[in-house]
Amino acid sequence: MDLSYSPEEQEFQDEVRAFLSEKLPGELSNKVRRGQELTKADYERWHAILNARGWLGGAWPKAYGGQGWSAIFQHIFEEECALAHAPRIVPFGLKMLGPVLMKFGTEAQRAEYLPRILDGTDWWCQGYSEPGAGSDLASLRTRAVRDGDHYIVNGQKTWTTLAQHANRIFCLVRTSTEGKPQEGISFLLMDLDSPGIEVRPIRLIEGGYEVNEVFLTDVRVPVGNLVGEENTGWTIAKYLLGHERSNIAMTGFSVAALDGLKKLARAVRRGGKPLIENPLFAARIAEVEMDLEAVRITNLRMLARAEKTGAPGPEASMLKIKGTVVRQALNDLARQALGPAAAPFPSEALEGNLALAPDGHAQAAASYFNNRKISIYGGSNEIQRNILAKGMLG
Amino acid sequence: MNFEMSDDRRMLADSLGRLLDDACGFEHRTKVAYEAPWHDPAMWSGLAELGLFHAFLSEDQGGFGGAGFDITCVFEPLGRALCPEPVLAQMMGLTLLATAGAETGPALDGTERLALAVDEPDAPWEPEAGSTEFRGGKVTGRKSVVYGGHVADRFLVAALADGKTALVSVAAGDASVTPYGMIDGGGASEVVFEEAPGEVLIADAGAAIADALDRGRLALAAEAVGAMDAALALFTDYLKTRKQFGRPIGTFQALQHRAVDLAIETEQARSIVIRAAAAMGTEAQGKAVAQAKALTGKIARLVAEETIQMQGGVAMTWEYPSSHYAKRLTMIDHQLGDAMFHTERLAKMV
Repeated sequence: MDLSYSPEEQEFQDEVRAFLSEKLPGELSNKVRRGQELTKADYERWHAILNARGWLGGAWPKAYGGQGWSAIFQHIFEEECALAHAPRIVPFGLKMLGPVLMKFGTEAQRAEYLPRILDGTDWWCQGYSEPGAGSDLASLRTRAVRDGDHYIVNGQKTWTTLAQHANRIFCLVRTSTEGKPQEGISFLLMDLDSPGIEVRPIRLIEGGYEVNEVFLTDVRVPVGNLVGEENTGWTIAKYLLGHERSNIAMTGFSVAALDGLKKLARAVRRGGKPLIENPLFAARIAEVEMDLEAVRITNLRMLARAEKTGAPGPEASMLKIKGTVVRQALNDLARQALGPAAAPFPSEALEGNLALAPDGHAQAAASYFNNRKISIYGGSNEIQRNILAKGMLG
Repeated sequence: MNFEMSDDRRMLADSLGRLLDDACGFEHRTKVAYEAPWHDPAMWSGLAELGLFHAFLSEDQGGFGGAGFDITCVFEPLGRALCPEPVLAQMMGLTLLATAGAETGPALDGTERLALAVDEPDAPWEPEAGSTEFRGGKVTGRKSVVYGGHVADRFLVAALADGKTALVSVAAGDASVTPYGMIDGGGASEVVFEEAPGEVLIADAGAAIADALDRGRLALAAEAVGAMDAALALFTDYLKTRKQFGRPIGTFQALQHRAVDLAIETEQARSIVIRAAAAMGTEAQGKAVAQAKALTGKIARLVAEETIQMQGGVAMTWEYPSSHYAKRLTMIDHQLGDAMFHTERLAKMV
């Protein structure tokens, strides 16, 4: 048993740290640390910086412009990025569609799309959920009907993250109503500026704008945009979910958030003392910290196993559950730590002399509300429990 | 033993409920709650015309209520409607004016709006720990997150005078007021006093302020119960109608048990609020109010988090009322002492 990284991994960790301290722009990391909304240009700027170093698609094979990182290398990279408050890498092209095309796409599709993901020409978004198909994704009803060299697509997608920035969308569509619902689904690529596609914003609980509804009315999609065989979309979707196992517990974000929480609890005063000296509050921090420490190790255990066997095992679902619960607990404590100062709607009027919250914490309540999503999206924690129960109890 | 509301109170609560149905419907409420000036004069005068503010004072103080249950029967409907008007500030202000024997008429009819300026940035929920001073007839200091301060005509300020905490009245025009909206709707303000002329209403006001804050805590706890009821009604409907895997999601046992837990906890909240309302004005007031505020704070957060989680993405959206209940239920805990603050007070009484 040895919990330390190998010399090679440690060397890589040092390299990532040096890179981040040199190349991560302060404007970006400050925005991330404060929980402010990033613009499209912010994301693109960070992507370009990473791409110039060859690290944007670090986990991609060298043949496609990546570094062929191991799962542990990728974990190190993402954890260090989170600790440095780097913007997250927008995952839809890089972590979702890219690997799907490498496994299921045609040579022509790979040649056309993979370079455009890396160089930022394309911003992909994900058309999976529908108003009637959330946890029960296989019941999706957006229809794609073959018409010569095209599919005609009709339906509606929802919760489409950052579609307002995207120019392309990959969708799960129904191409057959025969047999089990899973057997009639196909994986289709579309241009968002195709006639018949309309993107409408959904405003979230805290007032922010990051998800959308996408309406599809008689959209003509060339058959060459089908990925894999017709009616094999479910296999692709499952591959995609299983593939995305790095960073599932978001421990890097949580470690950074814990550090921020402790600083906050030292800065705010309650009962004439720093809040951190309140034993009830300090105990709650201690409780989250032990959970986080355990989740961090579970994550490393999973990575080590994946490296050996190629399969992540049931820990992926466990990590999703515990990782999101820990992160939400940290958000909860940061909000509470502010007391009355958490309640004002973050605004310019409250910056400067009237700043109510210590620097970087004005968004604590907004982040708390926004992050209620993380236990819902990507397979809710209830669905993760169903998966675990099936494995455990049959 | 009788847990029925008196006829007078029921009539007031019913009329209030009807008024709010008309004046504080979801769309209108959302607009008022989140856009400057975070206040609807028509809604406010509707509340005043109902005689709402008279319910907060006893007959010998010029009102027709004044008991704990007069507070809860008003604030439950306000919570159910997520009413963003600063009724709480008016209620606590009126209580203090009446205690001081000062003129209450304009505040009772709603033409004068009051705000209680107690909290300071480094001393939340500790009215006697602030550094605002009253000297030579003038107030100097800063009060933070003053609920109702965005529309107040007059501030009732906790200020140190001659080594004691005094209650000082300052006209809003004599203070520097920065209004803002709240993440759960409604408004508040930062208030800075720089040698602002003030009038002492109560020279040694520690006990009077503590009592007004207790009444405010009872009101917030009752508001939370009203909001829980409304949130659970939406939630229950959704679980019965939303279908996944070919059946209503409310038929899944994993959700059923958690739904029932919310109902159990909401009844716990209702009971502790009744307990506190009954204890007002008795020796048990301090402890019962702390219990009510702490327990409803804890339960409100549970209801907020669980109704979001079990309804799923839809409850994360601005368009669906559930999210606004979740925000209010969560943020009530940030007013007048959170669950930890009151649990600490209670721990000293164990």
